[in-house]
Amino acid sequence: MAKITYKHPNGTVTVVDVRAPGTVMRGAKLNNIDGIEAQCGGSAQCGTCHVYVDEANTLPLPAMDSVEDDVLYGTACERNEFSRLSCQLPISEELDGLLVHLPEAQS
Amino acid sequence: MAAHPVVVAGAGQAGFDTACALRSRGFQGRITLVGDEPPGPCHRPPLSKGYLTGSVTADEVLLRPASFFAEQDIELLTGDRVASVDRDRHTVLLESGLRLPYGSLVLATGCRPRTLPVPGASLTGVLSLRGLADAEDLRLRLTGPPRQLVVVGAGFIGLEVAATARGLGHEVTVVEAQPRALARALTPVMSDRLVAEHRAQGVRLLLGREVAALHGDGGGRVHVVELDGGERIAADLVVVGIGVLPNTAPALSAGLLVGDGVVVDERLRTEDPDIYALGDCARFPGPQAGRHIRLESVQNASDQARCVAAAICGEPYAYTSVPWFWSEQYALRLQIAGLTAGHDTTVTVGDPEGGRFSVFCFRDGRLTGVESVNRPADHGIARRLLTAGTDLTPATVRQPGFDLKKLPRTAPRSAAAAGGRQSVPA
Repeated sequence: MAKITYKHPNGTVTVVDVRAPGTVMRGAKLNNIDGIEAQCGGSAQCGTCHVYVDEANTLPLPAMDSVEDDVLYGTACERNEFSRLSCQLPISEELDGLLVHLPEAQS
Repeated sequence: MAAHPVVVAGAGQAGFDTACALRSRGFQGRITLVGDEPPGPCHRPPLSKGYLTGSVTADEVLLRPASFFAEQDIELLTGDRVASVDRDRHTVLLESGLRLPYGSLVLATGCRPRTLPVPGASLTGVLSLRGLADAEDLRLRLTGPPRQLVVVGAGFIGLEVAATARGLGHEVTVVEAQPRALARALTPVMSDRLVAEHRAQGVRLLLGREVAALHGDGGGRVHVVELDGGERIAADLVVVGIGVLPNTAPALSAGLLVGDGVVVDERLRTEDPDIYALGDCARFPGPQAGRHIRLESVQNASDQARCVAAAICGEPYAYTSVPWFWSEQYALRLQIAGLTAGHDTTVTVGDPEGGRFSVFCFRDGRLTGVESVNRPADHGIARRLLTAGTDLTPATVRQPGFDLKKLPRTAPRSAAAAGGRQSVPA
């Protein structure tokens, strides 16, 4: 279980408890949070679960593999150094308190 | 905000996403989602892949747990379907006999597999694959000792099942009536590469051959597949993947225009302003194709769901999303951006033999689509270019060292998408 905060572009925040096994993407979908599409269902195909991890984040995130890196080239909103696919961020106790920013658009 | 009751006929990706999009837009009215598959809305793509090997479980295939529907105040009726529509009274009659009033009716009835029009098609061991129950039946038959599987049809479903079954050690023959695989969906370069992969993996893949009959073992179980010309192939399992037919019975009962799908306008509305149709069952004006088309994909279902929800909430826009598709066979991750049918020029970039390449498709010098294998950056960038509009030419793509990743990023796709979604007059 981890508390994840999703911050919308308009500044509103949604805070939810997400259970393992699951991902930051799945946490958004289970709570019907607008702003994460995840059309491919979490198989790192579509790039519509793009998030920007908060710049001040110190929680340990898994390393990005080459597929995720490639998929991020196609996101609707431009990637930056904080960009991740939320389907590639599995929930663990270590992610408790994670803050992610949702992009303006996913497709 | 409108608050009249919404009935969604069909609880696949399109129907489910419509219900969710209504709620996330703040729609306050009653939403009833009527589906004929008991477990509830499923993510179908793994059903022909990971679900069959056990790497994806039934829980993971379900789009949401049952608790989600209560939390979102979405009434989910499973094991039922809309039998008919009474437009004058604004009610639908379900097969169970229940009658529901609607302010807006959403037809998301999906498709059903075509059946093989030959003798023996109803023998035990002859399956099709659409829902979770079909996939569970197939999974159980693929678990255990090697079988002699014949797949009829080299489309996405057929080839994915063939690849998965081969990976599980079964003996696999694929029979395709067309002279090449996925002839409707893919360029010859791509279909040739997929066929070569299947053959290299030990699949016997027959092109331009038709099934004449299926023969039983005397006990009602399939035993032999007979081809045109008389060749007989031993088979104890047959999977038929020869395309689907849209479920249009409710639309027909309502007297709506139907022709290979329920015909809708650019806002996905039928000729009745209170009835919408979307997803696999809808025939809509495709801006990329320049004519009415029907698409079978998650992307189409999901993007159209948001469009329909917006219209019901009084904020309609024209549907213009660029289509995209994906498939996984062995280690090949195939992604298609745009519509490649009707191209007059293709340029291949990368290494087809090594399984990492893209086919850029042009018509009259304009990019219409890109098929990629194991090049997800090409796919994503192509989707963005096709959405924003691009002047990429075949000559540019042919230049040595061409790489989409090195192109300067043009107008952000979000802005382009917003530009394409202006409200249309009622």
